[in-house]
Amino acid sequence: MSEETTGPKTNIENGPRTIIEKVWDRHVVHAAEGEPSLLYIDLHLVHEVTSPQAFDGLRLTNRPIRRPELTVATEDHNVPTADIDQPIADPVSKAQVDTLRKNCDEFGVKLYSMGDINQGIVHVIGPELGLTQPGMTVVCGDSHTSTHGAFGALAFGIGTSEVEHVLATQTLQQSAQETMAITVNGELPEGSTAKDVVLAILGAADTGGGIGAIAEFRGPVIEALSMEGRMTVCNMSIEFGAKAGMIAPDDTTFEYLKGRPNAPSGAEWDAAVADWKTLRSDEGATYDREIIIDGADIVPYMTWGTNPGQVLPISADVPDPASFEDPGASDAAARALEYMGLTAGTPLKDVPVDTVFIGSCTNSRIEDLRAAAAVAKGRKVKDGMRTLVVPGSGLVKKQAEEEGLHTIFIEAGFDWREPGCSMCLAMNPDKLAPGERSASTSNRNFEGRQGRGGRTHLVSPAVAAATAIAGTFATPADLD
Amino acid sequence: MEPVAIVQGTAVPLDRSDVDTDQIIPSDWLKRVERTGFEKGLFSEWRDGEDFVLNNEEYAGANILLGGPNFGTGSSREHAVWAIQQYGFAAVISPRFGPIFKNNSTKNGLVPVEVDTATAETLMAAVQADPTLEITIDVERATIEAPAIGLASTFDLSESIRHRLLNGLDDIGITMQQVDKIGSFEGSRPSYMA
Ligand code: SF4
Repeated sequence: MSEETTGPKTNIENGPRTIIEKVWDRHVVHAAEGEPSLLYIDLHLVHEVTSPQAFDGLRLTNRPIRRPELTVATEDHNVPTADIDQPIADPVSKAQVDTLRKNCDEFGVKLYSMGDINQGIVHVIGPELGLTQPGMTVVCGDSHTSTHGAFGALAFGIGTSEVEHVLATQTLQQSAQETMAITVNGELPEGSTAKDVVLAILGAADTGGGIGAIAEFRGPVIEALSMEGRMTVCNMSIEFGAKAGMIAPDDTTFEYLKGRPNAPSGAEWDAAVADWKTLRSDEGATYDREIIIDGADIVPYMTWGTNPGQVLPISADVPDPASFEDPGASDAAARALEYMGLTAGTPLKDVPVDTVFIGSCTNSRIEDLRAAAAVAKGRKVKDGMRTLVVPGSGLVKKQAEEEGLHTIFIEAGFDWREPGCSMCLAMNPDKLAPGERSASTSNRNFEGRQGRGGRTHLVSPAVAAATAIAGTFATPADLD
Repeated sequence: MEPVAIVQGTAVPLDRSDVDTDQIIPSDWLKRVERTGFEKGLFSEWRDGEDFVLNNEEYAGANILLGGPNFGTGSSREHAVWAIQQYGFAAVISPRFGPIFKNNSTKNGLVPVEVDTATAETLMAAVQADPTLEITIDVERATIEAPAIGLASTFDLSESIRHRLLNGLDDIGITMQQVDKIGSFEGSRPSYMA
């Protein structure tokens, strides 16, 4: 069991290490035989849904927050995205938001509230404000915390009792995880995006392929992605079961961070960059698992079923459950088709869509909105189609409006909203009705995720926009 | 959490098997934003029935919950433990607990007393016959005794859990034993990280 105590499994003293091990090792406060390691947490992000009982626990035990200045809160999961000057109508949502405000006030935690320019989805604002930095440990009571791994941070979701633990101690007890390398070689074809990269990875890894592991995404295709694209990829690590996903920081990372409000500056910046440059997997470092994908094979993808591993190229047909060799996969496909109201053999491009959602911590950043707007420009949304464009944060919204993207969307007939999680999980009023079908840029297509009985297909922002215009699943190229 | 060495008192006999955490605290109660007030939700679906044992005056004031086999199975919700504790129970007895429930119990200072089936059945019959039967649970020695019926038995309690319970250490308490190391680690963090 000694490997259990010193971090990810392949760690050998002075031997080559992966970035995963390097960041883990830097944060071990205490390790003892047969016990989980105690890791120091550099950044703790907090939102209204998973934090109230953690704060209440502190109150009951009379414990303070150890490092309130390393803790940052935002309201995102169930805030409305329209009429935000009105009181929140849903009583549970309102109670959670009110409680967060009260708790942050009492415990001295910085909170970005609805209407604040810095408010937004927790995984959008952390990077945007320069809070997320390479080599950090980042946690949040939300499974898509893996997003922050795009900066070479070790970032993962935690439960409410762990939230309390981090608030009180600034540490977390963690057992070792396996390491996994996901290499995307070559070059992406024209028209394929970061979302297609991660959907391709999901198709290859399946929903359980990463369980018990922390993944490093690497290779030329990953290196060529922008920070927004890298965040999209890391965001969905949890969808194939990985606890976290990481990408080694490079010039793209440093350029993104430079000058952000919480990024180091002056001499500190130079020291930080010199340190961050060491955060790369060493030559010869080994991984417990490995997946290799050829970027040239990555085309625009969509999910057809009820888990994110059920993906196909948009140009494909609805699969026949009988075509799956594994009986479990075949049963799952049959159940998924029934729930999704799809018939085997139908071209996916013939399937009509009711709602298009562009948003969520996967795809609500400025680059995502630019990609969608480029498709929407000068075109019109299909009659009867409901559309929501929900920027990830107040800053994204402002930037988009400065670039005139909102005008493009509004003129094309898209609904331009206030920032929040919105229809990603439908805790606010943005929901699908039973049987309604969406093309969504979010990360989960589980049954009922976007509203009871709702049918979700995950796609990239460009495909979402093209689908809104065509009325059926489409890529931008299909519109010409 | 409070240290617990001895639990002495009377028990409520909940003579049902497979009481899962959904029954202990129905999911409606999970929407709350507080950590307290869950006592009202304890077995709330059953408590409407007049003859439910928790409504029986003869068992008022009991501080031990005597359950059947497979107590606390199902969803991992920690709220089940909070509800039982906040209602006033300091220990739960069962011949077999759901593992997550048992783990959650010790993290919150609720003593899970996992006895053998014969002891469980003897106790159930005795407590049903005599609601005033005095029971003593000794955490240090991991024993359970009811002298009036000549019952003396032991139960399984690992060294680390005994240590937790006797010293009132929840996970945070355990971690705070390393507070010096946390402090010196903080001193060594790069200055650019603030
Ligand atoms: S956008 Fe969706 S996945 Fe992301 S934090 Fe919000 S609810 Fe979670």
